[in-house]
Amino acid sequence: MSAMLILIGFSLSVAIIFLIAFLWAVKSGQYKDRYTPSIRMLFDDKKNNDTNSNNHININRSNQ
Amino acid sequence: MNIEKFSYDNQIVRLFILATVIWGIVGMTVGVLIAFQIYLPWLNFDLQYTTFGRMRPLHTNAVIFAFVGNAIFAGVYYSLQRLTKARMFSDVLSKINFWGWQLIIVAVAITYTLGITTSKEYAEAEWPIDIMIALVWVAFGVNMIGTLMKRREKHMYVAIWFYIATFVTVAVLHIVNSFELPVSLFKSYSVFAGVQDALVEWWYGHNAVAFFLTTPYLGLMYYYLPKAANRPVYSYRLSILHFWSLIFLYIWAGPHHLLYSALPNWAQSLGTVFSIMLIAPSWGGMLNGLLTLRGAWDRVRDDAVLKFYVVAVTAYGMSTFEGPMLSLKNVNALAHFTDWIPAHVHIGTLGWNGLLTFGMLYWLVPKMWNTKLFSNKLATAHFWIATLGMVVWVVPMYWSGLTQSLMWKEFTPLGVLQYPNFLETVLQIVPMYIIRSIGGSLYLTGAIVMIYNLVKTAKQGSFTANEDTEAPAMEKAGGDNKKSHRWIEKRPIQFAIVSTVVILIGGLVEFIPTWLIKSNIPTIESVKPYTPLELEGRDLYIRESCNSCHSQLVRPFRSETERYGEYSKAGEFVYDHPFLWGSKRTGPDLHRIGGKYSNMWHYLHMQDPRQMSPGSLMPKYSWLIEQQLDTDIISTKINAMRSLGVPYEEGYENEALNDLQLQAQEIADDLLESGIIVEPDREIIALIAYLQRLGTDIKVKQAENE
Repeated sequence: MSAMLILIGFSLSVAIIFLIAFLWAVKSGQYKDRYTPSIRMLFDDKKNNDTNSNNHININRSNQ
Repeated sequence: MNIEKFSYDNQIVRLFILATVIWGIVGMTVGVLIAFQIYLPWLNFDLQYTTFGRMRPLHTNAVIFAFVGNAIFAGVYYSLQRLTKARMFSDVLSKINFWGWQLIIVAVAITYTLGITTSKEYAEAEWPIDIMIALVWVAFGVNMIGTLMKRREKHMYVAIWFYIATFVTVAVLHIVNSFELPVSLFKSYSVFAGVQDALVEWWYGHNAVAFFLTTPYLGLMYYYLPKAANRPVYSYRLSILHFWSLIFLYIWAGPHHLLYSALPNWAQSLGTVFSIMLIAPSWGGMLNGLLTLRGAWDRVRDDAVLKFYVVAVTAYGMSTFEGPMLSLKNVNALAHFTDWIPAHVHIGTLGWNGLLTFGMLYWLVPKMWNTKLFSNKLATAHFWIATLGMVVWVVPMYWSGLTQSLMWKEFTPLGVLQYPNFLETVLQIVPMYIIRSIGGSLYLTGAIVMIYNLVKTAKQGSFTANEDTEAPAMEKAGGDNKKSHRWIEKRPIQFAIVSTVVILIGGLVEFIPTWLIKSNIPTIESVKPYTPLELEGRDLYIRESCNSCHSQLVRPFRSETERYGEYSKAGEFVYDHPFLWGSKRTGPDLHRIGGKYSNMWHYLHMQDPRQMSPGSLMPKYSWLIEQQLDTDIISTKINAMRSLGVPYEEGYENEALNDLQLQAQEIADDLLESGIIVEPDREIIALIAYLQRLGTDIKVKQAENE
């Protein structure tokens, strides 16, 4: 079953790439802050819509 | 702080949105067509170009790679720019990505219709298209990574991680599954054979679901769901945790597609174990998506976009629970090869991919055209039509899958099959096929309603091709890092690329020797290579995609050995480049068909199946009788097979044509005796030769032993 070796080889390679990426992410402080990124992504709207979306958020907050 | 002015490229997103919508309609329309064809054979129009076997791969590829593929690009190109606070790395690469992808889709549509196919599910494209796919995919990856490198936001939001995983893994999957040896511009043979080919194909097939239909869509969910709900994701910590566990687990679960096959048992069990483990990270994603809406469920009542997301994420949860259940051997024994599997797949595609795409489009188009959605009511109507369509699609298919499977396995008290005639079990489920086709039509209708709504929305707004914006430049990494790690930490992405290339080269080095040495699958002495005529017949079987509806794998169950004959052994497939096990039994298994019927029976059956099996749903293949067999490259084919390890003698390529004609004459003579006059150079002769050969090798051995 040489195909199995090939697949395990490639799968492990992919896993190793991801492992390196994971270690880098942890080391470089990507995951130090596990809260603000989720808020920050809500605020990338274009300028002319800013007031609009901010209102939305305020409304939602008051609903909570 | 240094504020930089730049603009987002909306034009490329608009193009991808257009392509998503157009190909979505095309792909779904073909889907509806084949849903009708399956119970109305006349809808095949007696034309080879529109026959079910060729239309089914067209449908799957169109909805997966054209509809979902373009939706991924649209979603990624919009969100990536905003998440990184940067314009796409290169407008040229964006354009290459877009036009290249559309060119691939058109090439796929044309070649599949013409019967140019590798027969490997979800990867039927022939080798020139495979190369194009690899190049365009790399253009996408370079564009994405380039954007990440010039990002102005240091933190990479979780959606970006899902996009990166998608790019890396799909690239590797596509390349490995496309190892094939060309014999002409439009024909190649998989370098793997039989069981090995099956394993590679389902490693690819399973992970294509994982990394083309799942991870990019989870990324899209993490961007577009919080955006539409205007609240942060329920738990950012959970999103990171389930991302990493998902990608580490997914890649090992492929063998669950081959339970009870000739694959070694330990590999089957490995696939099952990893599949069960996958429930945790999959449900992590589903719960995170749904819980994002906690405290905002009142908005789901009014907002059509959120409605789509809620059902999409729920469908994701359902199919990721069902998947592991189907990979349990006892459940799989019942469900495999039946309509249960398309039902499972369509929960995922119609529900998760389709509805999430619709929701995303309803949110994106008003945003990009600076206006409000033309009609929230119409969007809500679309939501209900689509959801109803999905239910009407899947419920009858669960029903029919279960019904047919139980009929296949039913024995009388005397111990013989209750329904020995396969056709009887097919006719039983025709009403379910009818209902399914209504479900599909409903779903398509919903998509058409969406187009109207989106066009109206775009018309009332004004589109900004380049959206001006500004953001502070990213702070450069501090100088307190250790020197030895600096290069890697500053250039994680270059590092990832370099290691990918290195690993790919390493993989090739590992691969070539194993290709050259003989496989260690137990060989069966009596299994011999195909004769030239059988080989040509096999290529016709591939051209017509007979494996869309017929399996070639008898599983070791009494209900199957009674019906079809001896169960399939790994050693019987060692010369099968590519394997043709199939994944669905719309018609009966064909692995032991050889010698079961006369040549005349096959001839008349291909001419019009209803002559031999009244009520059969199989299309006519009458052109096989009219068309002349193309034997021009038979010696190239023999040479190619030999270099893949098939033991044709040196120099046999010169005798092949002669042998082919002799065998064809024999079959033509036999047909003549039965009163059928046919030239020996017709395609039907080659196909009959192949069908009569199927599964007979070990019968020879048994006969000798007796």
